[in-house]
Amino acid sequence: MSVVSPAPPLRLKESYLSVSFTIRSWLLSTDHKRIGILYLLSITALFLFGGAAAVAMRVELMTPQADVVRAEVYNRMFTVHGVIMVWFFLIPSIPAVLGNFLIPLMIGARDLAFPKLNLASWYVFMAGAAFTLWAIVRGGVDTGWTFYTPYSSTYSNSYVMLTATGIFITGFSSIFTGLNFIVTIHTMRAPGLQWFRLPLFVWSLYATSLILVLATPVLAISLGLIALERLFGFGIYDPNKGGDPLLFQHLFWFYSHPAVYIMILPGMGVVSETIACFSRKAVFGYKVVAMSSLAIAVLGFLVWGHHMFVSGQSTYAGLVFSLLSFLVAIPSAIKTFNWTATLYKGQITFATPMLYALGFIGLFTIGGLTGLVLASLAVDVHVHDTYFVVAHFHYIMVGGMVMAYLGGIHFWWPKMTGRMYPEGWARFSAILVFVGFNLTFFPQFLLGYLGMPRRYHTYPAEFQVLNVMSTAGASILGVGYLFPLTYLLWSLRYGPRAESNPWNATGLEWQTPSPPPTYNFKETPVVTEGPYHYETGE
Amino acid sequence: MRDQGKAAAVASDLPIPVAHQFDDARQQHEAAAMGMWIFLATEILFFGGLFTGYAVYRAVEPQGFHEASRHLDLLLGTLNTGLLLTSSLTMALAVHSAENGLRRPTIGWLLTTSMLGLGFLAIKGYEYAHKVHEHLWPGPHFVAPPDASRGFEQFFVLYVSMTGLHAIHMAAGLLVMWVMVIILWRSRHVARHSNFVEMFGLYWHFVDIVWIFLFPLLYLIDRS
Amino acid sequence: MDSHADHAVRRYFGIFAALLVLLVITVGAAYVHLGAANIVVALVIAVVKASLVAWVFMHLRSSTPIVILFALGGVFWLVILILLTAADFLAR
Repeated sequence: MSVVSPAPPLRLKESYLSVSFTIRSWLLSTDHKRIGILYLLSITALFLFGGAAAVAMRVELMTPQADVVRAEVYNRMFTVHGVIMVWFFLIPSIPAVLGNFLIPLMIGARDLAFPKLNLASWYVFMAGAAFTLWAIVRGGVDTGWTFYTPYSSTYSNSYVMLTATGIFITGFSSIFTGLNFIVTIHTMRAPGLQWFRLPLFVWSLYATSLILVLATPVLAISLGLIALERLFGFGIYDPNKGGDPLLFQHLFWFYSHPAVYIMILPGMGVVSETIACFSRKAVFGYKVVAMSSLAIAVLGFLVWGHHMFVSGQSTYAGLVFSLLSFLVAIPSAIKTFNWTATLYKGQITFATPMLYALGFIGLFTIGGLTGLVLASLAVDVHVHDTYFVVAHFHYIMVGGMVMAYLGGIHFWWPKMTGRMYPEGWARFSAILVFVGFNLTFFPQFLLGYLGMPRRYHTYPAEFQVLNVMSTAGASILGVGYLFPLTYLLWSLRYGPRAESNPWNATGLEWQTPSPPPTYNFKETPVVTEGPYHYETGE
Repeated sequence: MRDQGKAAAVASDLPIPVAHQFDDARQQHEAAAMGMWIFLATEILFFGGLFTGYAVYRAVEPQGFHEASRHLDLLLGTLNTGLLLTSSLTMALAVHSAENGLRRPTIGWLLTTSMLGLGFLAIKGYEYAHKVHEHLWPGPHFVAPPDASRGFEQFFVLYVSMTGLHAIHMAAGLLVMWVMVIILWRSRHVARHSNFVEMFGLYWHFVDIVWIFLFPLLYLIDRS
Repeated sequence: MDSHADHAVRRYFGIFAALLVLLVITVGAAYVHLGAANIVVALVIAVVKASLVAWVFMHLRSSTPIVILFALGGVFWLVILILLTAADFLAR
């Protein structure tokens, strides 16, 4: 850290929300907190959009025959659902909303290192979203979110290029965000805030950012090559011209497997914060948990071939990828054990964020362990491309990341808005989400194991009971999502005013008023101890 | 050494403006350099997808690559490499001048660099036109010689993709460079912009490094 | 300061001369039949040239260790991408 000069003068009474109320002041703001809110609004809208596609699918799957949509429409439904949820909700969710809002607060900085780049990232994100939505409005895309060649490069007649352009553009917003976080965490920590005094949320986002900057460019080039093939007939993936469709899968999964960790690491960071706060204990084995985030970020790059076990990839390569996939389970397991150890003898309160965090631990464990099932070469041949896979990654993505995202939104809602949400309603909907989620996706494990393939709109009649259960669960889950949307909006006007530290939590973000002033702190804080001094401090 | 030069420039000039989120100019410079290098790391992987394609396809079809490589003009390729290496030198001199607060030399070296870059692109364009004429431009009009081995066309797919992506980076660099020249032309205090010149220099050298690898991989596959 | 400046400029020209010499060597080496070693020689020379540019022109020699780490990190990740992809293509 460099020498500290006094912060610019502040009008302390003014929070970042009340500095100005014009639309212009929001759209041109370089304040990381306002940009976080812009992202929050954008991805909520996109989440509802992607969710609508899921509703349509679950309605179709209530009966074995086709009754709502044709096969072509169904293909577009699941592609839209995947594309929107992966690139326009999950990847920006915790990093771009909570990360943007919290990283400077947690490290005692006035803003991110590159505030204009941060604003640019939101505009780039919106431009990418506009392209993708335009493609969907014009008729959608039917390749599945994975854009596998040669279907995407040669055969598909849907709007592949428009959608891919949207994703390509959005990639830049990921890179901008990741780059900004890495530089900020390296150069702008408050005096005394050594690396091993950083909150685990910051560690997890540091690891996430490494993945964002190192993986995203490879996705960009793999989509760019599809463009060359579709538009100019270059044929880089075309066997007739000496190419290989599997090259696309390698490049794509070099991005998309680490991207799975972009979609879970930030959630792990949120869980570490909430578990510590609501057990009133320091996170057990803090350094190991911090390092396991980095280990996941690195090992996550070595396992992509486990998506290609039945693709015609070399069996020897498959063996290596299978082994490496088992290795990446170790740091994830370390985290899970350490959270459990943190709970041990803690003074646990079941506040809403804690309910989400506990739900996360259970569901992530199921999702992770079924991942090991899929990483086994022989078993994967049986369950590949079945609902077993669908259930597995929804346990990670929805059971893990969405639960953590909702938990994080609740935990920091008082800080972001200055208002408390209604605790009773919030607990009720947390339970609703948990129940609805399991009812939706647990039957899908069974369906997949029994052999129901994914991505079909019809199925043999014997699968109907489990499919109806799944659809019923999805309706409960949907209601569980609509409740927070409603009461959080309600709380903006009618919720009680939040104090600066309503949870009695440690961490720099709680030492400044709720909502924080524009430059975050009256004086640059000086840090003298680790992040979770619950036992001694409180 | 470099830092002393910078310090001297700062002392003899107006102080470098520090953005509100930073504590001092040193922190600002450290953040900018780190950010630029991270950006370059993303660029390595952006080009990396193409290098990966090249590596595996060449490993599988060495003969086709060998035959196709001989259709490239080695003289023009070597000349272009020389131009780019020279432009890296002039870019380094531009950064050096900017750090020492020397306005006219900075502008002069930048313009020299951009002329060399333009020359590179002109020669590249000539080579491309030639390939289109010879029906060696990938796509529907591609005609491989009757005795060509498998992989022959794929070489040209990769040749055009890799050098094309590189040329796009060059063109973008030229645009930024000219904007920078206009800014320096209007400003009296070069040292205020020395961070900008330095960070841009990193980009330009990176593009040069990409070519340093493209040249042997594409033009020099065993000419004996 | 002047002597420092001259020193730096002289170093830049020296590196430039070295780069041109390496360029001549690499073109010459392509005309010598070495079989599989041709590509190795070409790549080794390219790595040396790239390192010279990065180390001197791009000021890595006076950069903080973390910046050097990021520069190497990009290369390291590229090696991962190429190696593990090749592991499939070459083992089929």
